[in-house]
Amino acid sequence: MSLFKRMSTIFRAKANKALDKAEDPRETLDYSYQKQLELLQKVRRGVADVATSRKRVELQASQLQAQSDKLHGQAQKALSMGREDLAREALTRRSGLAQQLEGLQAQHAQLQGEEEKLTLASQRLQAKVEAFRTRKETIKATYTAAEAQTRINEAFSGISEEMSDVGLAVQRAEDKTAQMQARAGAIDELLASGALEDVTGTGTDTISLELDRMASTSDVELELQQLKAQLAPASSEPPKQIAPDATEASPRPAAQPQDQVQPQAQPQPQDGDVR
Amino acid sequence: MIVRIMGEGQWKLADDSVEELNAVDAQLEAAVTASDQAGFEQSFAALLELVRGKGEKLPDDMLHDSDVILPPGDSTLAEMKELISGDGLIAG
Repeated sequence: MSLFKRMSTIFRAKANKALDKAEDPRETLDYSYQKQLELLQKVRRGVADVATSRKRVELQASQLQAQSDKLHGQAQKALSMGREDLAREALTRRSGLAQQLEGLQAQHAQLQGEEEKLTLASQRLQAKVEAFRTRKETIKATYTAAEAQTRINEAFSGISEEMSDVGLAVQRAEDKTAQMQARAGAIDELLASGALEDVTGTGTDTISLELDRMASTSDVELELQQLKAQLAPASSEPPKQIAPDATEASPRPAAQPQDQVQPQAQPQPQDGDVR
Repeated sequence: MIVRIMGEGQWKLADDSVEELNAVDAQLEAAVTASDQAGFEQSFAALLELVRGKGEKLPDDMLHDSDVILPPGDSTLAEMKELISGDGLIAG
């Protein structure tokens, strides 16, 4: 195990270096304990940071999913209008989004993994710090400075190894999160700019506009029909209140509510003027 | 012998496992030195598995330093080189 014994030696050297500085080794106990608590705080912050990144990725994924659903709907609409070319375009873009989504899901899994690792690391460190605190009090109460040295060395090397371990875990998590944040920032910008519509790079805005235009014109037609359908039964009832004769006139557009009757009433005097 | 896998904890290994460990470690060292990606993955996984499988996990609240420290299980070949080359990656 020559390779990894070397690593152990490096860790131990660090612990000894920290000890060498103090005249009374017992003084270093409180100082080290303080450092341990700081590290514990740092790990907990790390867990929170990773969780924040994870939630951001979740949000982005749901936004991409919504975009993807929208494109699917557009494809259906385009097909129903007989525009297979537009439907194909929408589906092509959707497959581009699917790739982005896959990437986000992989990131999500990775962040979840880091979160779990850091949570466990924080639990392990917590247990070690607790043990160190107990040991520290015992050493301070029981031993003289000269006697304490060996006990302190033991406690120190045990905790400092854990601290190096946790320190590295936090650093690794930070590095990974930073990489992902850069990517997440790019996706946020894309989502904000609407450029994700062109994620495949094959389409231009005009096609998306055409889809929108077709969608909106057909919406208008649909709405018009709905309005007409609403008016037809509605017109048969209100006229009864305006005038009993109106029941016969109901098919005519003239038998509409007051606002629309007025413009038609105006031309009549004009006709009279011309005559 | 006490072995730490960074990011996971410590294990106590019986003496009869140590020889086996040394054999896998030699393979790993050769693979890392030769930048052999496949060999690295295989021998590192075998090494971790040996420790986790044959070792006895030490409780978290035990204050004891390790005889051997293994890098995190998800280390890459490049990270491994850096870790063992000196004090590069190890936070103080």
